[in-house]
Amino acid sequence: MQEYFYQLADRLTALLQGKEIYTCTFDAEESDFVRFNRSAVRQAGTVTQRSLSVNLIDGQRHTHGGISLSGDWEEDHAHLATLVTNLRAQLPYLPDDPHLLYATEVHSSEHAGENRLPEDTNAVIASILDAGRGRDLVGIYAAGGIHDGFANSFGQRNWFSSYSYNFDWSFYHQGDKAVKCAYAGLVWNPSEFAHKVATATEQLAVLAQPPRTIAPGRYRVYLAPAALADIVGLLSWGGFGLKDHRTKQTVLLKMAEEGARLHPAVTIQENIADGVGANFQEAGFIKPDCVTLIANGAFRDCLVSPRSAKEYGVPTNGASGGEMPDALDVAGGSLPESEVLRQLDTGIYINNVWYLNYSDRTACRMTGMTRFATLWVENGVIQAPLNVMRFDETLYRMLGENLVGLTAERELILDSSTYGGRSTASSRMPGAVVKDFTFTL
Amino acid sequence: MPTSQHHHERIVQGFHAIAPAVDFCSLRLMRTQSQYLSVRQNILQPVSTSDDMGAMITVIDKGGLGYAATSDLSETGLRHAAAHAHAWAQRSAGRSVVDFSAVAFPHPSGSYTSPVQQTWDSLPLADKIDLLRTTNARLKTDDRIVDWEASLWHTDSETLFVTADGGQVQQHFSYLVPMMSATANAGTETQTRTFAGRGYCRQGGMELLDQCAFRDAAPHIAAEALELLLAPNCPTGTMDVLLAPDQMILQIHESIGHPLELDRILGDERNYAGTSFVTRDMFGTYRYGSELLNITFDPTRPQEFASYAFDDDGQPAQREYLIRAGVLERGLGSTTSQARLGLPGVANARATSWNRPPIDRMANLNLEPGQSRFADMIAAIERGVYMQTNVSWSIDDSRNKFQFGCEWGRLIENGQLTTVVKNPNYRGVSATFWRSLKMVGASDTLEVLGSPYCGKGEPNQVIRVGHASPPCVFANVEVFGGE
Repeated sequence: MQEYFYQLADRLTALLQGKEIYTCTFDAEESDFVRFNRSAVRQAGTVTQRSLSVNLIDGQRHTHGGISLSGDWEEDHAHLATLVTNLRAQLPYLPDDPHLLYATEVHSSEHAGENRLPEDTNAVIASILDAGRGRDLVGIYAAGGIHDGFANSFGQRNWFSSYSYNFDWSFYHQGDKAVKCAYAGLVWNPSEFAHKVATATEQLAVLAQPPRTIAPGRYRVYLAPAALADIVGLLSWGGFGLKDHRTKQTVLLKMAEEGARLHPAVTIQENIADGVGANFQEAGFIKPDCVTLIANGAFRDCLVSPRSAKEYGVPTNGASGGEMPDALDVAGGSLPESEVLRQLDTGIYINNVWYLNYSDRTACRMTGMTRFATLWVENGVIQAPLNVMRFDETLYRMLGENLVGLTAERELILDSSTYGGRSTASSRMPGAVVKDFTFTL
Repeated sequence: MPTSQHHHERIVQGFHAIAPAVDFCSLRLMRTQSQYLSVRQNILQPVSTSDDMGAMITVIDKGGLGYAATSDLSETGLRHAAAHAHAWAQRSAGRSVVDFSAVAFPHPSGSYTSPVQQTWDSLPLADKIDLLRTTNARLKTDDRIVDWEASLWHTDSETLFVTADGGQVQQHFSYLVPMMSATANAGTETQTRTFAGRGYCRQGGMELLDQCAFRDAAPHIAAEALELLLAPNCPTGTMDVLLAPDQMILQIHESIGHPLELDRILGDERNYAGTSFVTRDMFGTYRYGSELLNITFDPTRPQEFASYAFDDDGQPAQREYLIRAGVLERGLGSTTSQARLGLPGVANARATSWNRPPIDRMANLNLEPGQSRFADMIAAIERGVYMQTNVSWSIDDSRNKFQFGCEWGRLIENGQLTTVVKNPNYRGVSATFWRSLKMVGASDTLEVLGSPYCGKGEPNQVIRVGHASPPCVFANVEVFGGE
């Protein structure tokens, strides 16, 4: 795959005319997707996809085009030649782009993952169905190779490939009461999977208790790492990008403009070095190992795409065009995980939240729902599952004045999303105990 | 550029040559070409085009179902895909949620083409850029407008669905999504107003720009963004709300559309998009809303965003009432879901592209017009808020407890529109909210809108949906604003 992409890149170089240059990206995957419901197979299949995206540049004029690739050299070569011809035909009609910026220093790199996935997919499917026997299992097993590449006419070549699996599933008790689980990695280990299943089964037993319903109001809560990942993850949507900051659209405007602060224990980074994806982006820039976004509760740096860098006259830090993090990292605190229930005392243990959105962007107020196993705790003891509740709370309260503590231990959460292709995003999150967390419905 | 008939014929022949001898086998070819043009702050943003093509082969054998998707459309590529699909069918046989061999899939024949009066390509690239430049410039009316953008997103999509036993359907879709926004700022107060979100998305050509008054909208959008900067927060309280069509589409989508999807009721989505408060026994008797509530699934409406003649299982599409006079009649379930649940459904097996399998989706879901004039709806409200354009949406995994926010609100006091308010939000519960529907706009108030982005499924899929709705009045709604 890597060689094929590099051959296409060389061919692209040969297709250039005059002072034209190019940047291009390559995305491919071969994925098995097996979907389960009620401990049976719902849909199973394989997807093989490859695509190439080219930015043809002549001076300050440029235009993008993307094509899918068949894998047949003659066909793809012809398709590529047509793409370049079509892009070239557009250039005379386009004005100079004052915000065009691409890497001109060559920084080639290669990360070729080893394929250690199980050869016998049947055995994995069988073990999943075994885990579901006598239980209500629903979810998806996704596995296979993911390949990303970058090339430009200056000779830079970057390659990233990994072979991974992500089994994202739930055990349901009944109705909407369930334990949400994930088992993801590079090597499928039956004993590790069995341990995950056993742990989930224990948690499932708690859900057999009659559920409680609470009235709207303010409660002490524990946000488990997966829940905190969704809350901090929402900030990716308009929180950290330089363009959002300079156009005053960031939801962190009060931090940027008025010096509002979160709790001093809150440090948030884009930690590419500890992530699981590629460290290069579509204009050829290499992402630094780490960008500190919020340090000890104060806003520090934005994610800066090449385009924003040119527009606002600052250096890029290798962010992609959307200026969203790929490897969010929230620093751990001092609260031992073993102390969480005692610290929570009486309140709500929230394993997962769901469908977050902003209800007041200026105040960075977020609304969302509890989901899956949300539990009522009294005097440090789990009592019963809780029926779903809607929260509506500002970031400044939940991770500011009302933050009681962050756990010392953190979880690596591998993004299971598969829109367009399998994600290589990840996050590393502690849990958080928060007081006076507002539920509204 | 449409794929040539010769190319289609070659692929069909190739498919018939390699289709294995199984209970059922189909090929779904899809080619999608799109172009995105945008001018932001008077600067043309990078022009982006794409051309994506591939095929999915589905095999059903001995009760199991498998699929394989590939962009290699040679006979060899299709043969490999068929072998993969067959292998998955064999692996899942006897372990599946249903005996797929017992499901009666259609063997269709027919075609569909979006109605287009003025094609995208008939207007030269330079002219389209000029149009966006002009529109964009008209958004910058004041120094407090700190960001402004106008864009057009055009997509041509062709699908070819072939079954091994002779069924064949060709469909050609043309989509246009016009967008613009103006963001105003003063201190830490920022407000954005848009062109109905991305709601003015339809099938058709450049004539759609006239139909939605795209060329004239900019000054109004900028003025309302500035107006919101100075506006007080929406008040808190229980009161009537009048929801404009560009908020109604979200209300319909989230709290009627998704709960009525039969695959959610069957549990397929419980690990991701969620389940439903609607259960099998509710169909035919459940009072979903007031007698004014009439909801149709209508993929036959010309120009609506998700119109088609056949779904991606090849099922012929037709208009159906889902809710009539407030009573739940029918769910949103395709051939497979209907067989699994033993309920009637609709032709709504849809896939986002060639690389994802069809699942139950909404397509066009419309709220049928009522009898009320817009002025009469305002006049009938003693205390309430008129809300326009969805900006925030959140609902629980059973599609019951929701909270939605809009870009722009205006108080209604003693039957008169009065003060503009910012951050209008409201919350409620689907199971009871629609019963408070007390006025529905007449047919002259109906707007045909939609969304390019509805996410669902494992593996994940985002798909186009259409929604047509008049403005509606709901009584005794919990309303609130910002901090």
